[in-house]
Amino acid sequence: MSSVAKTTALPPALPDHAGLGRWGRIRESLIHWILFTCGVLSVLTTVGIVLVLIIESIPFFAHVSLWEFLTSTNWAPTVRPQHFGALPLINGTALVAIGSGILALPIGLGTAVYLSEYATPWTRAIIKPMLEILAGIPSVVYGYFAIIFFSPIIRWVFPGTKVFNAASACLVVSVMVLPMVISLSEDVLRGVPRALRDAAYALGANKFDVTTRVVVPAAMSGIMASFLLAISRAIGETMAVTLAAGANPRMTLNPLESIQTMTAAIVQIASGDTPANSPEYRTIFAVGLALFVMTLGINIAAQWILARTRQKYE
Amino acid sequence: MAAGVGKSLKERVFHAMCLVATYGCVVILLALVASIFWEASGWLDWQFLTSRPSHDPEKAGVLVPLIGSLWIIGITTLVAVPMGIGAAVYLEEYLSDSLWKSIVQINISNLAGVPSIVYGLLGLVLFVRLMHFGRSILAASLTLALVILPIIIIATQEALRAVPPSIRHASFALGATRWQTVRHQVLPAAMPGIMTGVILSMARALGEAAPLIIVGGVGTMSYTPTSVYHKFMALPTAIYNWSSRPQAEFANVAAAGIVVLLVFLVILNAAAVTIRYRFGKRTQW
Repeated sequence: MSSVAKTTALPPALPDHAGLGRWGRIRESLIHWILFTCGVLSVLTTVGIVLVLIIESIPFFAHVSLWEFLTSTNWAPTVRPQHFGALPLINGTALVAIGSGILALPIGLGTAVYLSEYATPWTRAIIKPMLEILAGIPSVVYGYFAIIFFSPIIRWVFPGTKVFNAASACLVVSVMVLPMVISLSEDVLRGVPRALRDAAYALGANKFDVTTRVVVPAAMSGIMASFLLAISRAIGETMAVTLAAGANPRMTLNPLESIQTMTAAIVQIASGDTPANSPEYRTIFAVGLALFVMTLGINIAAQWILARTRQKYE
Repeated sequence: MAAGVGKSLKERVFHAMCLVATYGCVVILLALVASIFWEASGWLDWQFLTSRPSHDPEKAGVLVPLIGSLWIIGITTLVAVPMGIGAAVYLEEYLSDSLWKSIVQINISNLAGVPSIVYGLLGLVLFVRLMHFGRSILAASLTLALVILPIIIIATQEALRAVPPSIRHASFALGATRWQTVRHQVLPAAMPGIMTGVILSMARALGEAAPLIIVGGVGTMSYTPTSVYHKFMALPTAIYNWSSRPQAEFANVAAAGIVVLLVFLVILNAAAVTIRYRFGKRTQW
């Protein structure tokens, strides 16, 4: 029975259209093909994204060398003389992703540990829906919240800071990725087998030791995967950072400065009145390609780690 | 805890820190809601709901983006839901484990992680230019349909997996074909889970701004669209537009727009919770 229960699909050897009339057979195979098309469409979407980004980037890279794009520290596509160095944008994206990661990771892990190891069912019943609400709030709303809430706080603590700064973007993106970090980390923490905890208790460890020396280390790879996914979310995050971080592409590690991320640069050019076939307009595809490659790489790494973790305790 | 061992200082501090982190999330959520309602108070009135865009914040209204968002969410749902459910049924009910299945599966989970702005770039080239839909409601809806497709597929797959194999085997044993089994047994049993996923993906599409800006820009328009080939404004892009204006009054207009958007999201989420609660209890296998 266990081998049957594993797969929900029919064994392939079973005759599918047995006992049907001609129309019944046609109907069954027609439906099969329709459903097949739906499945193929998702693969075609990926192919479409890759093709569009590459094909639209080729004319751009005929105009601007890949070397300049990846190494020049000057991004000024819309003013003369034009400069197409993407490093300031990558710098801005990295600043926001790492900054929000540094904030979200310990808070997320702390919350996940609390929910998984300490919280009463009653607390969980309050916190979990709250996190779902946080996860459901649109990005543009978070951007607005950063301007009216986080930015004034930062300007109060560090007088002289501009309204638009990387720090408020980091704060708001950390809030946005928190629900994901918490829910993924909590899943892996709860997935740590009871036997490991019981063994540690049997050796005389208290709850603190069991949590910090047994449960969290055992769940470490899954926690790392959730961190990676959070970083990837932060890299692709668009509206909140476009509103909060400003539009000043520059090389800086100071979060109190106004910066521009890759996503914000795409929004700025796409929403302006740049002529569609100019090199400056095509930057949106070149930057989009870089964005796609970065997030895809991190996502694949995270999924690989998660898949390995699942195998470990099965 | 081992007998006779009191809580150490280290443990107390650790527990307190976890507690602060947990309730910090609640505090942030309350601050967000409170500050937005504070900014919106006095601005969200009948005049705001029924007026067209204006350069004067006192006269600006949400009518055009509201109608635009309703158009877009409607067409997005019409396109994405049958496609998404179809793809999930194909994966779960028709495909046996194979290389092809794992390729499609990995592809879908990767699509779910692609930033939405990248979908906007795809929609701009594919729908706006190649298919000549222009910067229209249709192009925007099809783009958003691609954004939420992986979400619907993953949610539907989970709902289908929750239907026990014995139901399928019983149906096959009675002579039903694969499609008859799917249509009369599996889909009805999985429907509450599917509907919850569909509604949550609609909420996602409603709040999505980045792909719409790439496909349609952030310009304003003064008429309400009456055809899928018309230009559009949508709630999230209007909120972005208002938020990024220098005049302080537009911050209040943006907050009022956010409240309208949040009301729709609350309605959708309440529907999802209701379905999950009402049908989740009834179907106990």
